Amino acid sequence: MPRIVVDVMPKPEILDPQGKAIVGALPRLGFTAFSAVRQGKRFELTVDGEVTEEILAQARNAAETLLSNPVIEDVVNVEVVEA
Amino acid sequence: MTELPLIGGTADAPGPGTLTGARIGVITFPGTLDDRDAARAVRLAGATPVALWHADTTLGDVDAVVIPGGFSYGDYLRAGAIARFAPLMSVIIDAANSDARLPVLGICNGFQILTESHLLPGSMIKNDHLKFMCRDQILRVENTTTAWTRDYAAGQEITVPLKNQDGQYLADEKTLDALEAEGRVVFRYVGFNPNGSRRDIAGISNAAGNVVGLMPHPEHAVETGFGPELGSSTDGLGFFTSVLNKIVGDNK
Repeated sequence: MPRIVVDVMPKPEILDPQGKAIVGALPRLGFTAFSAVRQGKRFELTVDGEVTEEILAQARNAAETLLSNPVIEDVVNVEVVEA
Repeated sequence: MTELPLIGGTADAPGPGTLTGARIGVITFPGTLDDRDAARAVRLAGATPVALWHADTTLGDVDAVVIPGGFSYGDYLRAGAIARFAPLMSVIIDAANSDARLPVLGICNGFQILTESHLLPGSMIKNDHLKFMCRDQILRVENTTTAWTRDYAAGQEITVPLKNQDGQYLADEKTLDALEAEGRVVFRYVGFNPNGSRRDIAGISNAAGNVVGLMPHPEHAVETGFGPELGSSTDGLGFFTSVLNKIVGDNK
């Protein structure tokens, strides 16, 4: 069954406290190549049947109204993934 | 004086509220924690608390609403994000924006729900130090014209408990400047900023002053012997007497 993947990230101008904690932990494990980490969210919306333009529009709408908060987050990607 | 039980429902132990006739709703979502404390604070202030359920579709005849703290829907997605779409929230949003200007107070998770509802601007993210924090917190009351702060003196410092993990208030600079210019920063942290909130903001109001949200918990500071060890331990009672006096005044 096809899925619609929605990726949400904290806005670039907002310091991401979780990402900051992760980047602090990486060197302790020997991963020294990474200077910054930002943590976002990935949603997978399963569709029974074909993904029409109308369904994709619904997903985009849901991404802007429920899945993200435009004050602190950006929807960076909405795409269809065939199973 | 009527003795109140330590742990009480909203219907038992009639308090002095029966005298004023004021009815203040306290909404419960799945995962709400502080509804009983909020109801008790309402009763101690002299009003009658009315239990509201998130799935209700009417407010009944309440004169004001408190959205209490907790972890509605487990804070899944974002704190307050799913509660915002509960049936009763649509009714509260309409009532708060109506000409009647229903007084609404959001405490902690209730504040998060009010920002997700766009009744108040900005948003909360995780505390800058990433830890849950619980402490007695000094606040300065900077706006005493709102429905929930009129019993305080301008600039008064009060001490109430603070307990949260996602308490870092932020908004873009333009919004922050507008809040300051319009006097809508109602509370500011004093002495210590516990979560990295922009400009030490602890609570704000909407333009009309009927909707107020803050992260700290006034409903935990309403009784001698049970509130913070610092301060008077009843510094939070003024929220509830403020709205009660407004309701009684408006009904005269």
